Amino acid sequence: MIQFLLNDTPIEVQECSPSLTILDWLRTKKGKVGTKEGCATGDCGACTILVGEEKTNSNGNPVWHYQTMNSCLLLLGNAHAKHIVTVEAVTTRLYPTLDDLHPVQRALVECHGSQCGFCTPGIIMSMLALYINNPSYPGKKAAIHALGGNLCRCTGYSPILLAVEKAYSYERKNEPYSAMAAQFKASLNTQYDDDIPFLKNGPRKFYLPQNAKQLVELKALYPHAHLVAGGTDFAIELSQNMLLPDVIISLSQANELCTLSDNNGELHIGAALPYSQFVDAFYSYYPESKELFERLGSNQVRNSGTLGGSIGNASPIGDPAPLLIALNATLDLLSAAGTRTIKVADYFVDYKKTVIKSDEVISKITVPKRPDSLKLACHKISKRFEDDISTVCLVLAIEQTQGVISNARCAMGGMAAIPKRAAHIEQKLNTQPLEVSTFVDAANAINDDFSPMSDVRSSAHYRTTVSKNLLQRIGIEFCGAQPSSNKNNNNIAITRISHASL
Amino acid sequence: MRHFEMDKLKAQGGSVGQSKYHESAIKQVCGNANYADDNPEPHGCLHAYPVLAPITSGFITSIDTSKALEVAGVKRILSADDVPGKLDIGPIFPGDVLLTNHEIQYHGQPVLVVVADSYAIARRAARLVVIECEQITPILDIKEAIKKEHWVRPPHSLNRGNSEQAINNAAHQLKGEIHIGGQEHFYLEGQIALAQPDNDGGIHVQCSTQHPTEVQHLVAKILKKPFSFVNVETRRMGGAFGGKETQGAPWACLAALAVYYLGCAVKMRLARSDDFKLTGKRHPFYNQYHVGFDENGLIEGADVTVNGFCGYSPDLSDAIVDRAMFHADNAYYYPTATVKGNRCKVNTVSNTAFRGFGGPQGMIMGELIMDDIAAKLGKDPLEIRKLNLYKKGRDTTPYHQTVEQHILKDMITQLEESGDYWARKDAIKAFNASSPIIKKGLAMTPVKYGISFTVQHLNQAGALVHVYSDGSIHLNHGGTEMGQGLNTKIAQIVAHGFGVDFDAVSISATRTDKVPNTSPTAASSGTDLNGMAALNAVNTIKERLIGFISEHFEVDSQSIVFKDNLITFSKGEISFSELANLAYMNRISLSSTGYYATPKIHYDRAKGEGRPFFYYAHGVALSEVEIDTLTGENTVTRVDILHDVGSSINPALDIGQIEGAFVQGMGWLTTEDLQWNDKGQLASFGPANYKIPAIGDTPAEFNVNLYNSANPETTVFRSKAVGEPPFMLAFSVWSAIRNAISSVADYKFTAPLDTPATPERVLNAIEQTASWFKERQHG
Repeated sequence: MIQFLLNDTPIEVQECSPSLTILDWLRTKKGKVGTKEGCATGDCGACTILVGEEKTNSNGNPVWHYQTMNSCLLLLGNAHAKHIVTVEAVTTRLYPTLDDLHPVQRALVECHGSQCGFCTPGIIMSMLALYINNPSYPGKKAAIHALGGNLCRCTGYSPILLAVEKAYSYERKNEPYSAMAAQFKASLNTQYDDDIPFLKNGPRKFYLPQNAKQLVELKALYPHAHLVAGGTDFAIELSQNMLLPDVIISLSQANELCTLSDNNGELHIGAALPYSQFVDAFYSYYPESKELFERLGSNQVRNSGTLGGSIGNASPIGDPAPLLIALNATLDLLSAAGTRTIKVADYFVDYKKTVIKSDEVISKITVPKRPDSLKLACHKISKRFEDDISTVCLVLAIEQTQGVISNARCAMGGMAAIPKRAAHIEQKLNTQPLEVSTFVDAANAINDDFSPMSDVRSSAHYRTTVSKNLLQRIGIEFCGAQPSSNKNNNNIAITRISHASL
Repeated sequence: MRHFEMDKLKAQGGSVGQSKYHESAIKQVCGNANYADDNPEPHGCLHAYPVLAPITSGFITSIDTSKALEVAGVKRILSADDVPGKLDIGPIFPGDVLLTNHEIQYHGQPVLVVVADSYAIARRAARLVVIECEQITPILDIKEAIKKEHWVRPPHSLNRGNSEQAINNAAHQLKGEIHIGGQEHFYLEGQIALAQPDNDGGIHVQCSTQHPTEVQHLVAKILKKPFSFVNVETRRMGGAFGGKETQGAPWACLAALAVYYLGCAVKMRLARSDDFKLTGKRHPFYNQYHVGFDENGLIEGADVTVNGFCGYSPDLSDAIVDRAMFHADNAYYYPTATVKGNRCKVNTVSNTAFRGFGGPQGMIMGELIMDDIAAKLGKDPLEIRKLNLYKKGRDTTPYHQTVEQHILKDMITQLEESGDYWARKDAIKAFNASSPIIKKGLAMTPVKYGISFTVQHLNQAGALVHVYSDGSIHLNHGGTEMGQGLNTKIAQIVAHGFGVDFDAVSISATRTDKVPNTSPTAASSGTDLNGMAALNAVNTIKERLIGFISEHFEVDSQSIVFKDNLITFSKGEISFSELANLAYMNRISLSSTGYYATPKIHYDRAKGEGRPFFYYAHGVALSEVEIDTLTGENTVTRVDILHDVGSSINPALDIGQIEGAFVQGMGWLTTEDLQWNDKGQLASFGPANYKIPAIGDTPAEFNVNLYNSANPETTVFRSKAVGEPPFMLAFSVWSAIRNAISSVADYKFTAPLDTPATPERVLNAIEQTASWFKERQHG
C-alpha cells in the first residue's frame, strides 16, 4: 500500500492501476477536477500541482519543502509519503470573494491574468510555489523560470508576470501545508517502514523500494520490469503509447540513489535525485552549465526529472549527456552482484541501446573535480528558448597551458543516434593555440564527426551549419575576440541575444 | 432594425467603459470554473474514441475490429454505415465526412468510433482495429496542387483598373513570393463533447464549441431528426481561437451517434496528439506579388495572388481565402489592383478558421511589398508605409469599398513619437555597425482589418433578458465565452442599460433552447452583434418600464432616468428592485428577446464589388528585435502598440485581447512550425515539438495603449471589435527581423524570409543576404 496526504486528507491506496498518474487519479477517482489536462505530456503545465517532501534543514530539523510538478507525469505510487497539494486547497472557502483569495490568486484576478482560465489553476500553483519559497519578490527572471513550463494561449503572459510581483504587495499569507504534513507524518503507521510500498491491479504491480538493497533484489526478481524515477519520460510512454507494463519499479525513493555528496570537488549525484536538488552544487563548480540546466524542460520537470532517467533512457537529445561526457563523468551500475563504474561516454551503444544489463540500475553519476585551467562552454539551440528539445546541444571542455589547448572534449546531442563525442574536432583543437581561428578551423571537421538527420526540429544542413557556428561563438567567448570596429565599451563582441530567459 | 445611440455623458458612471474583472476570474483562480470535462459524469457514462486511418490517401480494403471488440469494457464499434442521416458534415459546402467507409483523404481521418466503459479502454481498443488499404500517391505540395488546378472551391479574383498596364508603365517593378506557415490553435482545453439523452426524448449536448447552433444542426442531420431534437450547451471554452468554430462538431456528432445507439451518456475527448492530427489549423499560404511604383515608392499597380493550403475539403476555406484577398492591401492604397485567390486541395486535415481568418495571410503581402520597395529604393520602410496609406481621395479598395475613416496616419505619428522611432533607428544602426554577431532590427507596421462576416447572413444575433421581480437580471445571448470576456462585456452593457450594478446581472451557459439560430462567435463579432442584441432586449424592457412609470406615477417619460440602481423622475425616485416588483404586480412583462442585424453591408461576389465590412479596426505596432547571425536565434526586446477599439467597453479586457493576440501572432511568425513528413503525417503533433510562445518570449518591454477615438459607425456604445485585428500587429516582429537581417547588406537588400522565422530560416536569410552583398561589392 502507499500512503500520502492529499490537501488535508490522508490517502491509502493499494488496489490501483500501477500506471495511473496523479492527474488521472485526481480527475477520475477523486473528482478533483480543478487540475486540468492540457497535453498529458508535461509540456503545458495546466496540471501543475505542489508536491511536498520532508527534508532536513541546516539545523537538522525536519521541514516540508513544496515544489511544482506536472501531475500528468507523476505516477500515483511515487506520491507515497508526499503531500499533494491541488488548486482546491489554495482557497478553501466556498463561494469566495476577492478578499478571501490567496495573494497569488487575488493578484492574478486584479491583473486580469486569466482569460479562458484553463491554464489558470496550473499558473496559480506555479505562482504559489514561488511565493512559498521566496519571502520577497525574487525578480522577473526567477518568475520566468518558475513559470516557463506553464503555457497560456490567451494573455501573452504580461498580466501574469505583473501578478507574480503584485502578490507580494498584499499582507503575506503563511503557508499552512507544512503543519498538515507534519501531523500526517506523525500519524503514519510505522509498521510499514520495513515493507516496500506497492500498488497492484491483478497481476500488474508497482514497487517503491526504499533502499538500494530492496531495489536490486526486485530488479533481479523482475528483470523485465520498467524502471521509473521522476517519470518525466516514462509517463509519456504510458499516456501516449498506451503502454501497460506488468511491473514498474520506482527508484525515486531508494535512499542511496537520492543523495548528493561533494568529495573535495568531486560531485557524487544520486541517479534518482531530481535536477533541482543538485544543480546548485553543479553550478558552484560549473556555472557554465546553467545554460543547459535552466533550459532543461520546465521548472516542473526539473523538480521531478533525474540524471539517471535522462541517461537511462538514452535519448539522443537529452541535454545532460553531452555535458557529462564533456566533463568526463562516470556512472555506477548497481546490481545484486555489486557495482561497476563506466564512463558516461561508453554507456551509449546505438539509438536507445546501452550497455546496461537487465539486472542493473544506474545508481550514481560522478562528476570529476574541475581542473584548474578548464574552460567549459554549453550551448543549446532550439526553436523556443524555454522548455524545448535541443535541435543541437554542444558542450565543449578544454584545458589550456600557456595558451595551448589540451584535453579537448566536445560532445554533442541531436547530431547522431546517441550523444556523441566529436573526435575530429577535438583532434583539431588539441595542441593548437587558444585563438578564435583555431575554433573556426576545427569546426570544419564537423562533417567528419557527424552526419545528422533532418527532422521536425531542423534540417541536417542547419544542424551542421549551426554546430560550426557555435564553435566560432565559443572561440570568440573563450578568447574575448574584438569586433571589427571597436565601439563597444568593453571591446568584446556581444555573442548572445538578450532573451529574457537567458 | 434599431440602433441605440449612446450619449457619451450619460455613459459616465455606468458599467460600460470600466475595467471589470472577467466574470469567471475568481472561479478560474480557484479551480472551480468547470469546463466540459469537469462536470460530474452522468451515471453509466460511456466514452468514445475514433479509429484513425493509417494512410494519407487511398481506399479502405478491409477492416478487422475483432481484437478491439475482445477488450474488456468495449461496448460497441460504430461505422459510417451506422449513421442514420447525413454523413457529410460540411458547414457550408459538402466534403467534410464524419466517418469514412471508403476513401481516405488525410492521414488519421476517422474511420470508426469505439464506445467503451472508459476513456483509456476506448482509446486503447481503437488502436487495435486493423485497417487495410490500397494507397494512392497523395498531393502534399501546394505548387503541385496549383499546377494540377486541384481546388476545393473555384478560384476567384478582385479587379480594379488595369493593374498590368500600370505596373508595366511604372518607373520601378518588383516581384516576390513567400511561403507562409500554418498554425495550430493550441487551445489549452482540447476538443470535447458530452452527449446524453434528455428527459424529453431528445439529445442534450455539452460541447466546447464556438458555434452551438451548427453543432445542433449537424447532430440533428446525422441522426435524421429535426433541429428541435437537439439542445446544445456551452458554458465556457478553454480557448478556441477559431479552432472550435467548425472543428468542435465532429466529436459532438460522434458522441451523439453513440447515444443514439446505446441510450446512455457518452463523452468524447481527443488526446492532445490526436487533436493536433484530426483538427484543422490556420491555412498555410503560398503567395506572389508583382508591383509597380514611382521613384518615391508610391504604388501604381499591384497584382497579388494568394494560394491557400486548404486540406482535403472546403470547410470554411472559400470565405477564408476571400478574406485573405480582401486584406492583400492591408492599409495601403493600390490605385490599380488584381487580387487572385486559389483554394488548393491537398491531402491533409481540412484547414479552418483561426483568429484573422485568412486576413493575416493576405495582409502580410502589403507589408512584404512595403519592405521590399524600401530596400529597393534605399529608403526607410516607415516612409514607404506612410506614403502608401489610404487617405481621402485615395480611398477605394480592390473590392470597391470606400475607406471612410483615416486615423492610421495620426496613430503612426503618435507611435513614432512615443516609441522614439527615429532616434532608436539611428541607435540601432550604430549598434549594428559595431556588433559583428548580434544585430538589432526595428519596424513599425499598421493594421486595417475589416469587421463583419463576409458571409452576409451571419451578421445577426439574438439575446434573452429576464428581470426578476427582485430586480436581479438574468442574461443569455447567442455568443459563446472562450476567454475573451464576451459575457463580461455584455453583462456590462446590460447593467449599463438598466443603470444597475454589474453584479446584478448573471449570465449562464449559451444554449440553443434559449437563443436560437445563432451565428458562430467568430470574426471578432461577439460583442458587436450580441451586445447590440442584448441592448435591444434591455431597451424593450426599459420602454415598458418607462411607459409603466409615466402612467403609474403620472410623470413625463422624458424625465425618467435609470442610474445608480435608481430610477429618478420628475416626482421622485424608486429603486430598480422596487420598480421590478411594482411592475410585476401591475402585470408588466419583464422579459424580452433582443435582435440585431448589422446595417449597411452588401457585397456582390460575382462582380467583386460592394461593402463587405461595416467598418475597419486599426492598430499600429513598433517592434525591436535582436538576431544572432551565427545561429539565427532571435528575440523581441521591445514592443509599443497603439490600437483602435473605438470607445472601449472594458479597457482591461481589450488590452488583454491586444497583448494576447500580438503574442499569438508573434508565435505564428517565429516559433510555431507545423511540419508534415513526406508521407503526409503531421510531424509536429504535440507541444513537445510545436512551440507556442512561453512566458520568457513575452517582449521584455511591452507598452500597449488604446487610441482615443469613437467608432464613427453606430456600434454598441461606439466600440470596435478587438478579437482578431491585433493579431496582425505581429507583422512588426517579422518585419523587424528582416530589418535586422538587411543590416548585413547595409540595408540594401533582404533575402526572402518565409514564416515562421525559425532560427534556421533566419540563418538561411542571413547567409543569402550576406552573399548578395558580397557579390555586389566584388562585382
